[in-house]
Amino acid sequence: MSTLSRKAAIVGIGATEFSKASGRSELQLSVEAVRHALADCGLTVADVDGLTTFTMDTSSEIAVARELGMKEMRFFSRINYGGGAACATVQQAAMAVATGVADVVVCYRGFNERSESRFGQFSLAAATQVNTNGLDNAWSYPMGLGTPAATVAMQATRYLHEYGATSRDFGAVAVADRRHAANNPHAFFYGKPITIEDHQASRMIVDPLHLLDCCQESDGAVALVVVSAERAADLPQTPAYVAAAAQGSGADQYVMTSYYRDDIGIPEMGVVGRELWRQSGLGPADMRMGILYDHFTPYVLMQLEELGFCGRGEAPGFVADGRIEVDGAFPLNTHGGQLGEAYIHGMNGIAEGVRQIRGSSVNPVDDVEHLVVTAGTGVPTSGLVLSR
Amino acid sequence: MTVRPMINRDSQFFWDGTAAGELRIQKCNACGAKRFPPGPACQECDAYDRGFEVAAGTGTVFSYVVHRHPPVPGKELPIVIALVDLDEGVRMVAEVVDVAPEEIAIGQRLQVDFNRVDDELTLPVWRLDTPRSSATRRPEAE
Repeated sequence: MSTLSRKAAIVGIGATEFSKASGRSELQLSVEAVRHALADCGLTVADVDGLTTFTMDTSSEIAVARELGMKEMRFFSRINYGGGAACATVQQAAMAVATGVADVVVCYRGFNERSESRFGQFSLAAATQVNTNGLDNAWSYPMGLGTPAATVAMQATRYLHEYGATSRDFGAVAVADRRHAANNPHAFFYGKPITIEDHQASRMIVDPLHLLDCCQESDGAVALVVVSAERAADLPQTPAYVAAAAQGSGADQYVMTSYYRDDIGIPEMGVVGRELWRQSGLGPADMRMGILYDHFTPYVLMQLEELGFCGRGEAPGFVADGRIEVDGAFPLNTHGGQLGEAYIHGMNGIAEGVRQIRGSSVNPVDDVEHLVVTAGTGVPTSGLVLSR
Repeated sequence: MTVRPMINRDSQFFWDGTAAGELRIQKCNACGAKRFPPGPACQECDAYDRGFEVAAGTGTVFSYVVHRHPPVPGKELPIVIALVDLDEGVRMVAEVVDVAPEEIAIGQRLQVDFNRVDDELTLPVWRLDTPRSSATRRPEAE
């Protein structure tokens, strides 16, 4: 068994409100979220000696440290590839505290990706970045393929073709998420469940994706406090132990456009899954529920297959008949997911995983001993197994 | 406004090719392996010695999308974008022009054409490989 398993725990979670116009800077959002997360677990800024975030975050670790009034920092790091970084920030923190490189590490992500730099738009910045990612994008953006929805839709069309799935199968994810969000006062879509007919009637964005297959651009920030298992035992909240923390990149990997493999799809999530099961000594059957990254519905189906919850092409049957809803056999995204709560690049999903371990979710699932959380799909990604 | 590709010394040959009316695929001079997108090292034999072959410009739709929202710079929506499996065995993202959204399907045959944007950039575009499109296809970029 891995030396990392259960050596660290998420003990504090914090967030700002989730909105379409926060009215304050991205840096301020992140600082607020960090302070909320520290207050949640009874620690102070003086206890923190490490910060980690996404390469994409516009607020550097030193800028957050300055605003927090931190005096010294012993550990700081960033993870690349957009939302694929989410669970990897916890991996960074867990490795740091498990090895004694740091004692208290806070993972954060904050942005105004609705009111400022909109993530759903065609990104000229992505097409012109001076690095190999920019060079990679030369083979798609000039051809008109340059929004997140379009890059996912390309995979979705093929998935429908290969497995005889339908748009209604994608819709099952949206219906579950929105049911959960409807019960979550912090969600965009609090009090607004949808039916599969609503999903089918929503306008086409990029065929085969409807509007209700897509998450919402969001303003907000989330922070997570990670300490060693020993230290966690002394803190007030029930620790969410990191039973496994994994990253994954597949063969011939690109960012959102891994189209040149014989078999497209998201094998990078298979890499994550195999490592999660290896590290934790657990398997899909041990997971009571999941928080699967859902910026777009098709990738939730493909993740279930890559992680081993069902075989290739079997996810449409797996998600049918309410199985992934809160009272189903394998609930997913009980906060409402990124489709229903907010799109905070997967960090809000990790916070929900912690709440389920604590028993404090607005949609509590019984007897959650272990659950799986994943980060962004279509990109080099990451995942966690959290345990009580 | 056209979205311009980032180009470096590993990919310059491709864009020189489109300007000359050729769809060029990187080919390893040591082992003959073809690849797309291009890169400096052969994925089969590790050689850095590479050339190219000119593709026939024909292929088959592997997947596709119809992009309706949000706006795409320089494009009038909706647009059809496909993944095309070239007959030479590599796959490319392909803007398919002069096609109605309901006309595109997996398995359809496509034929390349070239859209000369300006002196510096010529983009490959693709059309349904039908008698109608073949008849109107320009022989090469003028």
